[in-house]
Amino acid sequence: MTDMLTPPEAIKLTRKDFVAEQEVRWCPGCGDYSILAQTQKVMPDFGVPKENIVFISGIGCSGRLPYYMNTYGFHSIHGRAPTLATGLKIARPELMIWVTTGDGDALSIGGNHFLHSMRRNVDFTMVMHNNRIYGLTKGQTSPTSEFGKRTKSTPMGSVDRPVMPLTLALAAEATFVARTVDTHTEHMQQTLEAAGRHRGASFIEVLQNCNIFNDGAWREFTERDVRDDRMLVLEHGKPLIFGKSRDKGIRLRGLHPEVVTIGENGVTEADLLVHDQYAEDPYLALILSRMFWPEFPVPVGILREVDRPTYSDLMDGQIEQAIAKSGPGDLAKALMAGETWTVE
Amino acid sequence: MTSTAQGPEHDVRELDRVTIRFAGDSGDGMQLTGTQFTRTAAVFGNDISTFPDYPAEIRAPAGSLPGVSGFQLSFSASDIHTPGDAPDVLVAMNPAALKTNVPDVPPGGAVIVNSDAFTAGNLSKAAYASNPLTDGSLKQYKVFQVPISTLNAAALEGLDMTSKQVDLTKNFFALGIMFWLYERSMEPTLKWIDQKFGSRPVIAEANRRALRAGHAFGDTTEMFHETYRVPKAKLPPGTYRNITGNEATALGFLAAAQAAGRPLFYGSYPITPASDILHQLSAFKSFGVKSFQAEDEIAAMGATIGAAYGGSLALTGTSGPGLALKTEAMGLAVMTELPVVIVNVQRAGPSTGLPTKVEQADLFQAVFGRNGEAPIPVVAPATPAECFSMAIEASRIALKYMTPVIYLSDAFVGNGAEPWRVPSTDELPDISVPAAVKGDGRFLPYGRDPETLSRPWAVPGTPGLEHRIGGLEKLDGLGTVSYDADNHHRMTVLRRDKVAGIAKDIPDLEVFGPDHGELLILGWGSTYGAIRSAVERLTGEGKSVAHAHLRHLFPFPKNTGDVLRSYKTVLVPELNLGQLWFLIRGTYLVDALAYGRVRGKPFRISEIVDEANRILAERS
Ligand SMILES: Cc1ncc(C[n+]2csc(CCOP(=O)(O)OP(=O)(O)O)c2C)c(N)n1
Ligand code: SF4
Ligand SMILES: [Mg+2]
Repeated sequence: MTDMLTPPEAIKLTRKDFVAEQEVRWCPGCGDYSILAQTQKVMPDFGVPKENIVFISGIGCSGRLPYYMNTYGFHSIHGRAPTLATGLKIARPELMIWVTTGDGDALSIGGNHFLHSMRRNVDFTMVMHNNRIYGLTKGQTSPTSEFGKRTKSTPMGSVDRPVMPLTLALAAEATFVARTVDTHTEHMQQTLEAAGRHRGASFIEVLQNCNIFNDGAWREFTERDVRDDRMLVLEHGKPLIFGKSRDKGIRLRGLHPEVVTIGENGVTEADLLVHDQYAEDPYLALILSRMFWPEFPVPVGILREVDRPTYSDLMDGQIEQAIAKSGPGDLAKALMAGETWTVE
Repeated sequence: MTSTAQGPEHDVRELDRVTIRFAGDSGDGMQLTGTQFTRTAAVFGNDISTFPDYPAEIRAPAGSLPGVSGFQLSFSASDIHTPGDAPDVLVAMNPAALKTNVPDVPPGGAVIVNSDAFTAGNLSKAAYASNPLTDGSLKQYKVFQVPISTLNAAALEGLDMTSKQVDLTKNFFALGIMFWLYERSMEPTLKWIDQKFGSRPVIAEANRRALRAGHAFGDTTEMFHETYRVPKAKLPPGTYRNITGNEATALGFLAAAQAAGRPLFYGSYPITPASDILHQLSAFKSFGVKSFQAEDEIAAMGATIGAAYGGSLALTGTSGPGLALKTEAMGLAVMTELPVVIVNVQRAGPSTGLPTKVEQADLFQAVFGRNGEAPIPVVAPATPAECFSMAIEASRIALKYMTPVIYLSDAFVGNGAEPWRVPSTDELPDISVPAAVKGDGRFLPYGRDPETLSRPWAVPGTPGLEHRIGGLEKLDGLGTVSYDADNHHRMTVLRRDKVAGIAKDIPDLEVFGPDHGELLILGWGSTYGAIRSAVERLTGEGKSVAHAHLRHLFPFPKNTGDVLRSYKTVLVPELNLGQLWFLIRGTYLVDALAYGRVRGKPFRISEIVDEANRILAERS
């Protein structure tokens, strides 16, 4: 989104400029509060005038976020936020657009739009609040709920297999794919910043806690005392090392990743996979996207970031090309196109 | 008159109007043949009206009955409104085309057949027990048996082509015969061949030879004793072109964007018979038109709302099943009061229905088909050429009233063609609306213009107007989310009144014929031509019959009730089972009569004349 990063006059905005006066209405303790706070916190850093920022959401608890941002905002309908964002971006490429969505909103009812907006590389940032449940409708199974999960709609356990959002985003050709956690505030800020600066379709999965209908969904690996051992913080160019004492790593055996301990069985740091978020091919990112607790530490950070022309770049390029070739369209000529004849 | 060109002597007969139907296999190029004849007649200066009628299958099994594709056109020396009830001449390229089309030819009509195609195999594919060319079953017609395939192949001899390629040009042989019979110049088609096949000289040469050979055949054979001359029509002065409804729709929106001073956005998912509009608008890149082929109709509608929110003149186009998918998002456009135009080129339903055939059965869907109280203005063009001005009218209403508008065209008006007097660009109305800017005091996203009740169009990028909108009910004025009971009632009434108020801003319903009397025939959309021709015929016989045609279906023009009450009886012919009929009965308590036909075809003039006469006899 570099075109928006140099406003005509350097503007100095603060977090408070982005706080709308609407009273925030999520359940106390909900992870959405943190996502909102980090979003408001990083917004001034982009240097984009707030009238050029638009938040578009679907329906779900997450969908309320635009009301709390003092920017332009559009609370649309269930699953369709990417479609509005696509139309707006096509019409107004200079705007910075954020799409706020939930696991049901993005992957169930909006699954088709998720796929197509990503593959088109529409330049917006989609932040998916993944609480592994339908929050707003009071607790049914979602596309990311665990197999066998008991919810109100699945009293004997869900027989649906969950999808891996990051794998899906990669398969859909998103050019920026990352994961962060609601409670890891600094990490979330970094991730939002990087996504906001990326030109193209960015997808962030935020592991979010719904303390009312699915409390502790991610607790097993995100809690302060265990997270170092159970999560893997991705950093470009660095080996995949994790663990409180930084002695664990990920190595590739054939096509499979495996957890190893540095110093055991002759394993050294040199044996470990080195993260390359800018890799053109998606293989490493795909492997990372499939790794999950308890078999693996859960990767957070940027899995993939590649540079490709955006949808607007290509569409506007064709328009420029057409104008260069035949001049700007002349309506009178278009009306007269083909064979004409005159009646006196 | 007698003419002696090079060939045998023949008479020349002057006619006021001729209706031709080309029919063949869907692979025989009948649509192209019909279009070429139409262009030639139009450029010559005839009035024309066309009815392309093609099967849903791209290529049904060759020679089969479902694979028959037809193109009917009428050209005349006087003003005409329809492609004709019945063909004067049928060109049938194979037995299946003969079988499905010959019942429409009146006794004494001419039938030209490609006799080469009447093989045992083709006869059996068309379920003919015996050969109709020899069994006497065509006795009531003037049948001309022309071995088109072999004559054409002979003309193309020596060209480096497969026999299959050669066979594909036989439609131009048939076209050549027709050009000769109706004294038409081959020039426009020869020019078209050059343009189309310029880079493929052999194919171009083959088509040229086929056309010329057909023409020469007409000239030299002793089969035809007459040629026919249809003089130019006396159209109002101006520059004309031949245009289909879908072309006129695309051009109308292109012009509307210019008249509004807004960029044009078109979001669509391909569907027959609306795809042409997507194709047309996608070709206007040098105008800055942004056309977007979405993943489905829901996305097309969502993207259109997004583009409208961003300040574009934003449209989406589809046909009935696609309109169904857009429904929820159309409600969002109602709630957020954004200007979008939704084009529905209707086809026969329900579900996939008859995807290439005409019907007007989406009127209820357009007027009522949403959850909640969600009024949307509805307009409908009556003729192919009128699509241009109605596209501008739909845009005008959307922008001025900040509302979605449905533009209801159909397969007949969309695919049909007629001459169009090309307007000059300074005839275009100014339909621009101001953009909202920051003023004094608090910005009210749902503050209203006292006259139109429309809200401000505050687009992202405007400093100081940052605000939030969405599908939840809005607080009157401020536009914040409101669950207040009285506010919801007030906002619902406001949305209703805003749309109802458009009635003050649209032309009165005009009447053709007596302004009061026995019978009013009320129509809408593509039935215009058949109704107008029927009423011309009936008034010519001295009957007290008038015609009124609605272009605005929601809200109705404000004099509609008065018009309806000026006649003893109101008859509403529609290509549905009585949808406008139901609406006017409900709105005006008028005891109108319905006349509904859903055969996937336009009305014949005679059907309406007969129904009117039946009613006149019964009620007098
Ligand atoms: C067309 C439609 N169907 C169903 C709903 C009801 N609905 C609202 S939110 C929701 C699920 C939301 O789940 P998720 O996206 O995970 O959001 P969360 O509330 O968990 O943040 C459903 C089914 C709706 N609003 N619209
Ligand atoms: S239901 Fe869950 S997701 Fe929704 S606001 Fe409450 S805690 Fe948050
Ligand atoms: Mg959820």
